[in-house]
Amino acid sequence: MSTVSLEHTTVPPGRGASFAVATAQTASRTLRQFLRTPQLVVVSTATGILFLLIFRYVFGGAVAHLGGVSYVDFVVPGFVTTGVLFTGMGAASGVAEDVQSGFVDRLRSLPIARSSLVAGRMVADAGLLAWGLVVTTAAGFAVGFRLHGSVAGGAAALGLCLLYGLAFDALFVTSGLYAGSAQAAQGTSFLVFPLSFVSSAYVPVSTMPSWMQPVARWQPMTAMVDSVRILADGPATARTLGHPLHEYLLLSLAWCAVLLVVFVPLAAARFRSS
Amino acid sequence: MQPVIDARAVTKRYGKVEALSGLDLVIESGTIAAVLGPNGAGKTTLVRIVATLLSFDSGTVHVAGHDVTHQPHAVRRLIGLAGQSAAVEPAMTGRENLRMVGRLYGLTASEARRRADAVLERLSLADAGDRPVKTYSGGMRRRLDLGASLVGAPRLLLLDEPTTGLDPGSRIELWDTIRDLAASGTDVLLTTQYLDEADRLAAHVAIVDRGRVIAEGTPGELKARAGADRVEVHLRDEDDLVSAAAALTRVSGHEPAVDRGARRCSVSVERGTVVLGELARALDDAGVVVQDLTLRRPTLDEVFLSMTGRPAPELALASPRPAR
Repeated sequence: MSTVSLEHTTVPPGRGASFAVATAQTASRTLRQFLRTPQLVVVSTATGILFLLIFRYVFGGAVAHLGGVSYVDFVVPGFVTTGVLFTGMGAASGVAEDVQSGFVDRLRSLPIARSSLVAGRMVADAGLLAWGLVVTTAAGFAVGFRLHGSVAGGAAALGLCLLYGLAFDALFVTSGLYAGSAQAAQGTSFLVFPLSFVSSAYVPVSTMPSWMQPVARWQPMTAMVDSVRILADGPATARTLGHPLHEYLLLSLAWCAVLLVVFVPLAAARFRSS
Repeated sequence: MQPVIDARAVTKRYGKVEALSGLDLVIESGTIAAVLGPNGAGKTTLVRIVATLLSFDSGTVHVAGHDVTHQPHAVRRLIGLAGQSAAVEPAMTGRENLRMVGRLYGLTASEARRRADAVLERLSLADAGDRPVKTYSGGMRRRLDLGASLVGAPRLLLLDEPTTGLDPGSRIELWDTIRDLAASGTDVLLTTQYLDEADRLAAHVAIVDRGRVIAEGTPGELKARAGADRVEVHLRDEDDLVSAAAALTRVSGHEPAVDRGARRCSVSVERGTVVLGELARALDDAGVVVQDLTLRRPTLDEVFLSMTGRPAPELALASPRPAR
């Protein structure tokens, strides 16, 4: 052991980081975790692309009547939108692991606002979501998707996807905090599969059994997918889907508000006391 | 001087389980204090309450005069916590981990860098500082975790079973580090299941059982309270046992226990060090050839037994011995 001084006089008593610094620090830790643990990112991205290929080329031929929209143009916006669920669900087990390993306790014992722990996680997840959106969109173009709306509309669609992703991220972070273990947190996939498949993402809702249609029509993903779809495939698509853009948009934004208003405070409360 | 920890009548229930049932503990500044007890005694609950991580049902807890319930932020500025697991990010290097914690304590980027370097140097991790933590050994991770709790130069260091699961060599290293920290002015509260760890490290030991402190004091005081010292005489010749036993009886006033096979007899005595001299003379007068004459103080496990009336089955009687 060397004799480097650790006297108290070398540093004033910890003042504690501001909300912004604490958010930036915890976000940068999670981002570095993503970047340096490539399997975290690669597996979810590769799974997404694999599903896209299967739907585009295996099931695509069987899905015919879409009112003038080709299946690839129909399904790619659905894929990009539901992709935020598959990218985001890793947050649940990631956060649960932080609880289990004592990392959350370390952070909670520091003189920082505990809400910055939620914010930091969500900022990092926003980075991961953006990456996932870029990759799935690029993959969509590669399998033959073409933008039929305006470029501005396409960009707005990606922005909306990021917002949708963050709204669900609040849910995933909360379930990770309450799950108790990373294994239990993987239970969120029981939520992700019905949300993505019982929606308009891959097939029109009108082709589903009549008892399932109301569920599919009103659950958050359908409004989100159809908002993105109209922006990407052009206004004509709205006629096929049955409602104008602003109705889907309003419903999807309402769902985001509900998710954020319910789960951000729940997550923050969980960080505050356990 | 204001106590660094002042806990009064603290109770905490988890459903039907009472983890703390009226725990009182006052720790003065300037010491290493150990909370010793078996699994489930309430040690971790106590540390989590002091570290502002856990609310409790009744009682009061102050850290250096700050109420943990009403002034948690002030308490968090004074403490450093290292738990049972190594709470560091495996994907980041040791240096990055320490800098991050430094920034979270409110240090500027350059202060955090300087401080992280000093802590790495101090814990002999400077060479490994730029390697990802996932390449560290268990002992190194634990040291880095301790380092993370030091970056903010805390007034009070809270260590929850810091050496559990460490190999003997790492354990001794960590003990040395903890002693050095205490010597440079950091107050330390540690929990342990290891009797010898509390004995060797702490100036103040509180024995916790079933959510309350059942005995506390210096290790010496606790041993004294556990009962009298024992004098043991080991003889060269079995034939001397009778006269040796007679000498023991005369000096101590009690009937000694005689182990014929081991050529040994022993008796409990009140003022051991005084008796020892008298006994040596008495044995010499009786012409007994003594191979070994020892005065033994009760061990902390005997203390635990005498305080609780039951042995401490979950209590590790001794930490693994270091290889010499």
